[in-house]
Amino acid sequence: MTTHYHLVSKFWREIPHRYNLIGTRCGECKTVYFPPRNVCPRCRRSSIGKMEKYKLKGKGKIYTYTIIHVAPETFEDEIPYIIAIVKLDEGPMVTSQIVDCNPDKIKIGMPVEIAFRKIQEDGDTGAIYYGYKFRPIKR
Amino acid sequence: MRDVAVIGIGLTKFGELWEKSFRDLITEAGIKAIEDAGISGREIDGIYVGSMSAGRFVGQEHVGALVADSAGLTGVPSTRVESACASGGLAFRQAYLAVASGIHDMVVVGGVEKMTDVVSTEATNTLATAADQEWESFFGATFPALYALIATRHMYEYGTTREQLAQVAVKNHANGALNPNAHFRRKISVDDVLNSSPVAYPLRLLDCSPVSDGAAAVILCPLKDAKKYTDKIVKIIGSGQASDTLALHSRDDICTFKSTVLASKMAYKQAKIKPKDIDVAEVHDCFTIAEILATEDLGFFKKGEGSKAVEEGLTEINGTIPINTSGGLKAKGHPVGATGVAQIAEIVMQLRGEADRRQVKDAEIGLTHNIGGSGASCAVHILEVV
Ligand SMILES: [Zn+2]
Repeated sequence: MTTHYHLVSKFWREIPHRYNLIGTRCGECKTVYFPPRNVCPRCRRSSIGKMEKYKLKGKGKIYTYTIIHVAPETFEDEIPYIIAIVKLDEGPMVTSQIVDCNPDKIKIGMPVEIAFRKIQEDGDTGAIYYGYKFRPIKR
Repeated sequence: MRDVAVIGIGLTKFGELWEKSFRDLITEAGIKAIEDAGISGREIDGIYVGSMSAGRFVGQEHVGALVADSAGLTGVPSTRVESACASGGLAFRQAYLAVASGIHDMVVVGGVEKMTDVVSTEATNTLATAADQEWESFFGATFPALYALIATRHMYEYGTTREQLAQVAVKNHANGALNPNAHFRRKISVDDVLNSSPVAYPLRLLDCSPVSDGAAAVILCPLKDAKKYTDKIVKIIGSGQASDTLALHSRDDICTFKSTVLASKMAYKQAKIKPKDIDVAEVHDCFTIAEILATEDLGFFKKGEGSKAVEEGLTEINGTIPINTSGGLKAKGHPVGATGVAQIAEIVMQLRGEADRRQVKDAEIGLTHNIGGSGASCAVHILEVV
């Protein structure tokens, strides 16, 4: 479909992060970042070469959310779907789809956990892209 | 640094202008500005053009040179500036810096976008490139979704209501009805907004600015030369710009645009004024929640009180701080690259007393606020009639 999704290499590059929720931790100030960063915005120069891989546990809480009713072609089949910013227990926030949840039930503060799913399919190349989504933690 | 004045403005109509091309639009706005200033093409020694994505909207890059060519000004240095929806505001600032520094003496700043040559899904996808493609858009977050995420959180933290969001659109449509260049010139009601089709909860279609074609242009020269051309001189007394993380989720607080706070502080400091000294402002209302955020981050209202201010009518043309007298992005339209320059044009009209039925009484100091993406870039300018 659109011109900006046809380069497969850019999706290969992100696989470790999107499949395994691997971010980075600054060796100087120990702040955890997700998505990964090459430089710590706090420590800047003194963080160079000290950013280490850091696997996040994939648990957190809904910080804010929306329910999408108008979406690009690649997501049209999923309408209406929930997009949220999740605050992970380790500190960073991520943007993600929330699944296994009735859009009427979504709430700020709701505990969620990671779920590995198909994110989108490229109609032209047939390529399927996977990554993380989040779902409510059942009590 | 020299003082700089705006001596001419030019606007096309905004809207779905199927009969007009990218070149037609920017040339029309440029010629109107040159005529308004009463200068000749020979005096122009610099051009800056704001355009977000001519490459995707009309399949044409290299628009700096194209604009000089279309305007019959080949030879003149011409620079295209891109910063998503803030392209126009940043082009204006680059031009201001060029004149203030003494490098240029007579500069045209243009802003243009021709958005309706592509189908609406492609226009939406192109606008979404202002967001973080790898960590927001990839996961299905649309551009309206980002502002919807802000709105949900603002409602949660400050008790902002769905009706208050709608009142921003109602006010801006009422203003747009008074603006002959506006894309939408019809009044709407709170119920119209609440019953319009859902886009991204809590935002509905009438919470969103439209996809528009249009262009704007203004002429800058040193203040000392301005009286040769006009007796209604508008001086640039403050200019600020700031950046922030591309993705919303990387910020500690999504209910404040740090870029707005920093850019406006820079501009207020240079102008040696406070928010309460502003008589009229054009702010970036790409979505209704964005106007509420802007009026708080610019210091007109305390954080969390922007929504109540709209409800109380404080931001109407006769209110304590009139916001978006032009109709804003919401009703005037949002040809992205043109928006930041069109905001300057509206404030100049207000300060010259030429805003007709939209005129704010005794307006002497005005402000413009132009945002890129979900707040990753911001330009703020303060103008005063001298
Ligand atoms: Zn650090």
